[in-house]
Amino acid sequence: MTATKPRTLFDKVWDAHVVEQLPDGTCVLYIDRHLVHEVTSPQAFEGLRLAGRRVRRPDGTIAVVDHNIPTNIDRSKPITEDESRIQVETLEQNVRDFGVPYFPVTDARQGIVHVIGPEQGISLPGFTIVCGDSHTSTHGALGALAFGIGTSEVEHVLATQTLLQKPAKNMLVRVDGTLGAGVTAKDIVLAIIGRIGTAGGTGHVIEFAGEAIRSLDMAGRLTVCNMSIEAGARAGMIAPDDVTFAYLRGRPFAPQGEAFDHAVAYWRSLASDAGAQYDTTVVLNAADIAPQVTWGTNPEAVLPITGVVPNPADETDEARRVQIERMLTYMGLTPGQKLTEIPVDVVFIGSCTNSRIEDMRAAAAVAKGRKVAPGVQALVVPGSGLIKAQAEAEGLDVIFREAGFEWRDAGCSMCLGMNPDKLTPGQRCASTSNRNFEGRQGPGGRTHLVSPAMAAAAAVTGHLADVRELV
Amino acid sequence: MQAFTKLTGIAAPLPIANVDTDKIIPARFLKTIKRTGLGVHLFDTLRYDEQGAERPDFVLNQEPYRRAEILIAHENFGCGSSREHAPWALLDFGIRCVIAPDFADIFHNNCFKNGILPVRLPREICDQLIEDAKLGANARVTVDLERQVVVRPNGEEISFSIDPFRRELMLGGLDDIGQTLQHAPAIDGFEAREKTEKPWMPAITAV
Repeated sequence: MTATKPRTLFDKVWDAHVVEQLPDGTCVLYIDRHLVHEVTSPQAFEGLRLAGRRVRRPDGTIAVVDHNIPTNIDRSKPITEDESRIQVETLEQNVRDFGVPYFPVTDARQGIVHVIGPEQGISLPGFTIVCGDSHTSTHGALGALAFGIGTSEVEHVLATQTLLQKPAKNMLVRVDGTLGAGVTAKDIVLAIIGRIGTAGGTGHVIEFAGEAIRSLDMAGRLTVCNMSIEAGARAGMIAPDDVTFAYLRGRPFAPQGEAFDHAVAYWRSLASDAGAQYDTTVVLNAADIAPQVTWGTNPEAVLPITGVVPNPADETDEARRVQIERMLTYMGLTPGQKLTEIPVDVVFIGSCTNSRIEDMRAAAAVAKGRKVAPGVQALVVPGSGLIKAQAEAEGLDVIFREAGFEWRDAGCSMCLGMNPDKLTPGQRCASTSNRNFEGRQGPGGRTHLVSPAMAAAAAVTGHLADVRELV
Repeated sequence: MQAFTKLTGIAAPLPIANVDTDKIIPARFLKTIKRTGLGVHLFDTLRYDEQGAERPDFVLNQEPYRRAEILIAHENFGCGSSREHAPWALLDFGIRCVIAPDFADIFHNNCFKNGILPVRLPREICDQLIEDAKLGANARVTVDLERQVVVRPNGEEISFSIDPFRRELMLGGLDDIGQTLQHAPAIDGFEAREKTEKPWMPAITAV
């Protein structure tokens, strides 16, 4: 790639991290930040131990526990469930042995790895960021190239601070215009996945652009990039701008003072050049996007809340028809049923997709002065200890508790069914998380993905609801 | 990592699209700190009922597919979570090769790190191989990485393409950390250059 050719944001961040290019085009790609959690790291540290290797850059690495910690117990005491406790203790032993910086569960800065990276200023524009978790795509909202890796690659990064990679293709997703009232970043990204499909971004890095993306605050941008992986793209990116810089200024691990201004000068140069070429371009109009809700068992099975459950008989493609039938059976839904008439048992507000203070505020605005519908369990799980404290300082916890929501400690919680927060078979949940796969929130659990405001609307009405009728 | 050169074995048909890694290995089994022992939970929800009894209609609960070494599926295999427990579970069960029209990126990568060969073939050919696989033990499929061909039970050869660098690592069973560490001087040089060119770059210290 020559320097004179117009380049995309992805091209620029990629080019800036190529240590060496091998004859077949594979690159040794330098990694600036490596985020580590308890679930996908034990075997990687064990590999280092067996090979007698050290962590090359502890000062580019941060560890935290999030996936399997309970969210409703006294955190000064050990976890009672053996396997989870062993995994946490293993991480604690590994960070001690290898000198890796770590936020333990008792630290206010502990939280979901994809929440605390941006919150602490550990994730920065122009960085390459990896983590053994597919939702690492989140950090791309800052203008970083951030993607999930497997445990073998975690070990590779710990040992070498690099990865062997080939460049991805460039996809531009432009969302023009302005969003209607009650429509959020979550609805944008669900609508995008509905358009391009769960494999639509495979092999690509998506750059999100356009007026509607530009107008989002940082929390909204993080939500959009978070779900890039649900469209098959390993990474999503948004060019850093004044919103990004204002968000990062003063964050503990960001450059401080004059250094910050130097950094901003560099970060401004990262935006895609005029005339940069994309392999694929998709354009959506924000005004066409209504609040979204998934009805099936993958994120592309999504519709506006004003819609009805699809009828497989209308599907001409045989494989697709069978798939819809299977989804409806699993989800316990009837073709033609209005989405707003689907009752829910559980509401989950949290996860790396939607657990930031802005998400808490959006949900609280709907919950305020209302009550959780009888028979519905509703959880609010802030993304970090600091978000929890901020929400409490704003009185949001009181609003939630008075409405009948449970107010929990930070963690991945009901997003993935590997800690005590999970659905029981047949339970139906309106969830602000990112995956509605069969069994994702617990075996037999049924997930409808929605925005925080839509989740709160479901909690107070007892069924999937159009939040625009409540605000 | 065990090298992959040529494999002849029983192929299990799994004609499902979008097989996600939660389906391959649900999150509740990710609490292990080892790589081994996950095979018993491979496709747990599809394989066992609520009481833990085998579902007789699931392919891997049937003979001869309990001994399958090859899996043939539909589009977007391995989507979702980055969990390497998915290829570990496949490997622990005995699967060394997955054939599908396409794979999700992270899963695709993870396979190569564990000596599992992901082979991309067009949907029509996968469907043909699925029909072959349904014939069971008398219809063994061969996957030859050296010659880059899949051989159907009737002897027909279907060629597939694969990244040459990854092919070489697979054929040799090579540890790619060792490969990368040969570039250590270049990595040192890169870090030194960054320090000069981006003096503002912070480090994670004094947590």
